[in-house]
Amino acid sequence: MIKKLVPCVGEYKKHAILTPIVMIGEVIMEISIPFVMAQIIDKGIQGDGGISYTVKMGLLMVLMALVSLMFGALGGRLAAVAGMGFAKNVRKTLFDKIQEFSFSNIDKFSTASLVTRLTTDVTNTQNAFMMLIRMAARAPIMLIGATAMAISINTKLAMIFLIAIPVLGCALFFIIKNAHPRFEAMLAKYDKMNANVQENLIGIRVVKAFVREEQEKKKFELGADEVRRAQVFAEKLVILNMPLMQLCMYGCIVAVLWFGGNMVVDGTFAIGQLSSFISYVTQILMSLMMLSMIFIMTIISRASVTRIVEVLDEEIDITEPESTLSVEDGSIEFKDVSFSYSKDPEKTALDHINLSIKSGETIGIIGGTGSSKTSLVQLIPRLYDVLSGELKVGGHNVKDYDLTTLRNSVAMVLQKNVLFSGTIRENLLWGDENATEEEIVAACKAACAHDFIMSFPDGYETDLGQGGVNVSGGQKQRLCIARALLKKPKIVILDDSTSAVDTATDSNIRRAFRENLKGTTTIIIAQRITSVSDADRIIVMDDGKIDAFGTHEELMRTNQIYQEVYESQQKGDK
Amino acid sequence: MAGPMKSQKPGAKPKNLVKTFSRILGYIAENKPLLIVVILGITISAGAQVAGTSMLKRVIDQYLEPMLKSYSSELMAGFLKTILLMAGIYLLGALSSYMYSRLMLMISTKSLYRIRTDLFRKMESLPIKYFDTHTHGELMSRYTNDTDAIREMLSNSVANVISSAITVTGVFTMMVIYSWQLTIVVICMLFISLNAIKFIGGRSSRYFMKQQQNIGKVNGYIEEMMEGQKVVKVFCHEEVAKDEFNQLNEALCEASTNANTYANVLMPIMGNLSHIQYAVTAIVGSILTINGILTLGTVISFLQFTRNFTQPITQISQQFNAVLTALAGAERIFELIDENPEEDHGYVTLVNAKENSDGSLTEVEDRTGIWAWKHPHKDGTTTYTRVRGAVEFDDVVFGYEDNKTILRNISLYAKPGQKIAFVGSTGAGKTTITNLINRFYDVPDGRIRYDGININKIKKPDLRRSMAMVLQDTHLFTGTIMDNIRYGKMDATEEEVLAAAKLANADSFIKHLPKGYETQITGDGANLSQGQRQLLAIARAAVADPPVLILDEATSSIDTRTEALIEKGMDSLMQGRTVFVIAHRLSTVRNSNAIMVLENGEIIERGDHNELIAQKGKYYQLYTGMFELS
Repeated sequence: MIKKLVPCVGEYKKHAILTPIVMIGEVIMEISIPFVMAQIIDKGIQGDGGISYTVKMGLLMVLMALVSLMFGALGGRLAAVAGMGFAKNVRKTLFDKIQEFSFSNIDKFSTASLVTRLTTDVTNTQNAFMMLIRMAARAPIMLIGATAMAISINTKLAMIFLIAIPVLGCALFFIIKNAHPRFEAMLAKYDKMNANVQENLIGIRVVKAFVREEQEKKKFELGADEVRRAQVFAEKLVILNMPLMQLCMYGCIVAVLWFGGNMVVDGTFAIGQLSSFISYVTQILMSLMMLSMIFIMTIISRASVTRIVEVLDEEIDITEPESTLSVEDGSIEFKDVSFSYSKDPEKTALDHINLSIKSGETIGIIGGTGSSKTSLVQLIPRLYDVLSGELKVGGHNVKDYDLTTLRNSVAMVLQKNVLFSGTIRENLLWGDENATEEEIVAACKAACAHDFIMSFPDGYETDLGQGGVNVSGGQKQRLCIARALLKKPKIVILDDSTSAVDTATDSNIRRAFRENLKGTTTIIIAQRITSVSDADRIIVMDDGKIDAFGTHEELMRTNQIYQEVYESQQKGDK
Repeated sequence: MAGPMKSQKPGAKPKNLVKTFSRILGYIAENKPLLIVVILGITISAGAQVAGTSMLKRVIDQYLEPMLKSYSSELMAGFLKTILLMAGIYLLGALSSYMYSRLMLMISTKSLYRIRTDLFRKMESLPIKYFDTHTHGELMSRYTNDTDAIREMLSNSVANVISSAITVTGVFTMMVIYSWQLTIVVICMLFISLNAIKFIGGRSSRYFMKQQQNIGKVNGYIEEMMEGQKVVKVFCHEEVAKDEFNQLNEALCEASTNANTYANVLMPIMGNLSHIQYAVTAIVGSILTINGILTLGTVISFLQFTRNFTQPITQISQQFNAVLTALAGAERIFELIDENPEEDHGYVTLVNAKENSDGSLTEVEDRTGIWAWKHPHKDGTTTYTRVRGAVEFDDVVFGYEDNKTILRNISLYAKPGQKIAFVGSTGAGKTTITNLINRFYDVPDGRIRYDGININKIKKPDLRRSMAMVLQDTHLFTGTIMDNIRYGKMDATEEEVLAAAKLANADSFIKHLPKGYETQITGDGANLSQGQRQLLAIARAAVADPPVLILDEATSSIDTRTEALIEKGMDSLMQGRTVFVIAHRLSTVRNSNAIMVLENGEIIERGDHNELIAQKGKYYQLYTGMFELS
């Protein structure tokens, strides 16, 4: 799983490899220093070396410390470059991958979860990575080095480690093994609590309107308490770490002092050696501690890594061919097309659709909630792939086009549409970044947006704010239509795109379409009969099937559903 | 998890460190006895470490050195005794270290729980206006990033800092006792180290702030793009998005590399400065030993002390950024907790009542189906007014911001049981009117009256309980469908829920779901269509059974055939209630008692359908689709 992220080290490989190497330099110095310290005590202060020896060794120690400092600082810098560079690459890889996602890939992950993966999860991974390259080499080398030094000072005394290290190792292993599932459980509870908060943020008006604040508070308290319990449950293992290490370290020191002291008394061990041996005891156990912390960090970040890799491993289900084919005209043909969101032939949203639309026709689509109107049109710009059958646009199978070519020719205004922060003009330029002023104004006029845009003090330069918060729902829809028109597409699809626009404006938009978009195939999904009644032909959808296809007059004569819809909207009119 | 392993989270500089810190302390100190035990534990643990080290000197000076010259079994026994004592002290230290971490875990998780619940409780009581002016992401991050930072600080830094402080004080005292001469050397070196910390720390926090700004930009971009990912696909805008993201990402990388470099470098610098200090101390110490001023054991112990002295200082400096981040987070959290809650000076409450034979009302405990406003007066008397649902607007002027008027001179009177419709283009102020009725926003006294009572006098929860709202954007909550419908009335029986669902015509689609009414709703009901969600919202309002009903585009996502099917249900739902309807579909409003045509915050036409058509004004134009509104 971790392997998946290795390529993200990329151009920082040099730094990532150099970091532990430089760290080795620091560790060597760090291990040697207690040795020099022992020399100072034994030969300088205590022995016959005198002050000159002490000064000499002292200066040597200062020099070593400076070298160690240099290595340490260099290592710190390298680790920062490698760690942050790695994070940058992970973020970029993730973002790029999500850009490749098809609609069904996007459906699978929620927006919130994608955002968390790109932010919090990347941060966790980055911290773990930086620590890993700084400490992973350091800790074992320090462990080995310090042990070797201790052995070289006094082999017999070093036997104490043979007991201490396995004991501590076993204890740490036990902690880590048990902590992992507990941390996962904690994170799950945490997610649940945050979901609860999010729900309240989105639905705050409902909560307040139904006076459910107290109930929501209780619910949240329950969730927060669960998190608290889970955190205690998980961390109570981790906090064992410190006292355990202390116990081992103190045990070792006491044992070293006793046995070593006896050796000193026997005259086989110098006092300075004894104190530097104790320094090594500290170093050895510290490095073990570091190792255990690396493991714990890895456990915590493992959940994040899994979530990142999940996105990277997601299979893109729409692939595009190398193709120079361009869309000739706006004709559309469905040949026995079936479609399912879950790719399950048992659960189809569209069932054996046959349909032929001529280039330049205006087609209305009417149907009840859940009758798969949106599913039908989403297949045309290949936002989803058909399950079976064939869909042709401009005489060729949609799968034969380059996706960019196809989607630039098929402009779709989504039901749930989004504007981006920036000015109105910047948003419109999404449709065509080279559009001239005249083209922009023409598109906005066709979408009945020009007048309200000009009513703003800043006109086309009005800043929309994040998510287009500065315009009303109906205005937003019209901007989205204008944006789509700027593509100068062969086919325009409006998926209930005027639901927040009043009837009068709606009919004006359609009139503008008729006048300005001759030759462009227009497909309009609508709830209102009046929105589709003047279309060339109207599709009546029912339960994933085409119930009827014809002109308003024909359908009024022959189709029961259409008549009912018509009736439901006319009642009480007279 | 201590010192060097700390994950470095970015932190903007907090504004008022001391105040914020003492507030966090307030949470920690909630359980004082426990906290005292913790501090005691930390002291014992740190003291044990200091005592143990000082015993090293005793062992060397009093036993090993003399024995080196001449062995005596007496000394040997003393040696053994000291060793055993040391073991005892150490064991005590380790035990108290475990005890205090365990207690600290309890305290910190409890504090965190309290902070979270305080945050949430306050959030629930904030006025709608607050949510209008703050993005969800902004509020969410208080629950995630900010509490995470506090959590990190509580579980690592607090105990660490206390223990470090105690160790430093203890060791320093011992050092002075052992040799004031060497202590001066250490202090001089410490001065240099502190300056190094100050220098690096200052740089570091400047870069951390810069990193924080960049993180904000990157996260904002990510949020926006993920939200609009489908639009990006439809416009083949992937490459542009990648390029833009790349630029932001590079800038972030640069800032965070700098910030982390400083953080990473701090540790080796401090560690090695302590080595240099060790060397200098050793040199000075050896000079003093040779001159006979100090004993060998003193110097050795002192050298051990210097290590014990610098280590905690290094550790504290390592916590620097974490503490700063946590305080910045805490400040944002407290900012929200300190927000003014929705004001409510209302004293008129909603009570169950029964009608006496003389027509007067008496308050009763049980549900009677008759509701009354309980109105205590200044003179001590209390009157009961039957809840009928009469709503009166008297020349209401309103704006969300002081300088921008949204509604002008709105006057209207809705008799109990009437259906009042608002039509007009988006932005004309229709939703605003309904938001004033249930006091999501407040207007000056006496402008809106409900059953003759100034609504500012009615307690907000009671006012809202007397009316139900169905909004265009339906929000469902995690739980079963049954739970969601019951949201309207918590003690509704299953029969009531079923009846409401049938009324809203939701019963048929619910029955088709694999688990029927027990189907779990997740993620704001993503598994249901917009229309189905609206049906549930209508059922929710039906089960609440209030005298006033507000339908704000309640059927906009329901196709007209289904709407026709639920029309009967809607009619019976509206029966006997005062209903305010907002709709684009004029078919929905035709049969209203009065239709108000709004434009730019003013009522420009009013009357019933036929009157308005006959007027041939705006409504007529809207209805016949001849006039453009924008």
